[in-house]
Amino acid sequence: MQDEEIHLPPPTLWPLGFAIGIAVILVGLIIDPLWISSIGGAITLVFGFLWIRDASAELRGHRIVVEPERRQVVEAGAGQVGPSAQAGGDAMPHPAPGERFPRSKFLEASTLGLGGVIGGLITVPVAGFAVLPSFLGQKRHRVDMGPVADYKEGQWYVATFNTDPKEGDVARRTAFVRNNGSLAVSGRQEPSFTIISNRCAHLGCPVQANGPSGAILGLKSQTEKGANGPVTLNPTVPAGFGCPCHGGQYDTEGNRTAGPPVRALDRYDYEIDNGRLVLLSTYSVSHVDGQGAQAKIHKYKSVGPGEHVDGPEQWFYPINPPHH
Amino acid sequence: MARQLSRAQVRKQRMQDAVNFPLDWLEERSGLVGGVRYFLFRKVPGDTNWMQTLGSATLTAFLVQAITGVILAMYYKPTPNDAYASIQNITDHVTMGWLVRGMHKWGASVFIILMFLHMGRVFLFGAYKYPRELNWVIGVLLLTMGMMEGFTGYLLPWDQTAYWASVVGINLNGTAPFLGPWLAQFLRSGQEISGDTLTRFYSLHMLLVPGGIMALIGLHLYLVIRLGVTSPPWSKEAAGSELVEEPAAATAARPGLTRPVARGTAAGGSE
Repeated sequence: MQDEEIHLPPPTLWPLGFAIGIAVILVGLIIDPLWISSIGGAITLVFGFLWIRDASAELRGHRIVVEPERRQVVEAGAGQVGPSAQAGGDAMPHPAPGERFPRSKFLEASTLGLGGVIGGLITVPVAGFAVLPSFLGQKRHRVDMGPVADYKEGQWYVATFNTDPKEGDVARRTAFVRNNGSLAVSGRQEPSFTIISNRCAHLGCPVQANGPSGAILGLKSQTEKGANGPVTLNPTVPAGFGCPCHGGQYDTEGNRTAGPPVRALDRYDYEIDNGRLVLLSTYSVSHVDGQGAQAKIHKYKSVGPGEHVDGPEQWFYPINPPHH
Repeated sequence: MARQLSRAQVRKQRMQDAVNFPLDWLEERSGLVGGVRYFLFRKVPGDTNWMQTLGSATLTAFLVQAITGVILAMYYKPTPNDAYASIQNITDHVTMGWLVRGMHKWGASVFIILMFLHMGRVFLFGAYKYPRELNWVIGVLLLTMGMMEGFTGYLLPWDQTAYWASVVGINLNGTAPFLGPWLAQFLRSGQEISGDTLTRFYSLHMLLVPGGIMALIGLHLYLVIRLGVTSPPWSKEAAGSELVEEPAAATAARPGLTRPVARGTAAGGSE
């Protein structure tokens, strides 16, 4: 420890030849694996051996001769052409003891500042790319469900349709549809439908109709040719709706009757276009008074399953993400 | 010390030098050999317990997940139309695919179970106490990220179980007060589950979360090495004994390098 010598590896040029050998092997793999690569292998082996021989000279007891430093350390100012660095006054006042040079403070601040700017320039667009598409430009869907006349008055149908055929089967949705007959709206007779989403208001599992299929009434399932692809209508005779996941139960208006759901089932807005039923966006419902065409629906903006829309619990969700 | 060495001893010495030379070469340029020695040859309480291997077991389970996951990613296709079929292909047709997928699928549970057992051991041994509180916190973050891996990985087979479990899982996040609905919509990549949800979960599952886990494992191990291993609660050994530095002279020719030193060799003693 006391008389520690400067320890340096012996100088060697052979790694250069070793690297060339490897390059020749790689070129040979493309041009002529047999000959060129063999030559490259030979070069690599020879120079590798020489390199190891040089590198292990110390191990083999050779004395390593390190070329002495030939540059001379010149006293500041001595023998220089220009004025000495010490000549003249200080360019900058010396800091008080414990104080740092203004220049190092400036360099530190500018390094941190520039780094922050560069980091921000990279992070902001990338974070926006990661987050914003989930919230902006959400598509609205219009789903053509076939002629109104195909929906027998008072009959429930389990309707399966695709909101966005380009997405494939992952965009298939199910709703419970009932034609309530016509309803007088400001002096005009208009068709009235109850269209309940099958997305459970607890955690979003698919709610099922509690009851037999329409086959017991002699009704067959039918397929409508909608603009968004086929819509299957399976007649059903439900006493209510129930969720298989955690047992939430609803009546035929979608009001919660038992289990964990926090509100009634969501419903679809709809319009009648040229005698055809068209599904629009969903909206959320706290509860429904009355039934069928006369039902009074307590409507709210569409929110996720498990979110309260009324009562003090709604205060937990003051700002909802944008929804169509 | 000046004693004459026999011919066999000289040969043995030469062999040792030849083996140590490349290690010394590496050590002098990188400090890696010393680093590995510092990492592996630590002072450990004499009465450590098999329960204290649960952390290494968890690390091993994570490495199995990482390696099998990388290989599964070579065959898996994260698109709504191909995902299920590619999983079937991995299971039924790719050579040994059933095995690697099985290791990844069951290994996921092993990883989570081992994390809990390791956590239980740390709790029951009181190993989370001063000065190791920070490592407990990092461990809890690792547990959380491990569960994120479970959550995001579950969607990838893209079958009915995967789909509906993810629907429920995302909506559970959505019921959290204030930011819940935003988190759910971020995870879903929109208002409805779609192909974007699948690719998003895939990216989180194989890139973002594992990267975070690896970084935190690094910190976790750094603190384990820095703070040392705790004795079991029933230990009679005095706690907090300092590591005795190896006598400098025992490291022979050049200081700080890899010359092997017999345990407990007194200063100046060689051979």
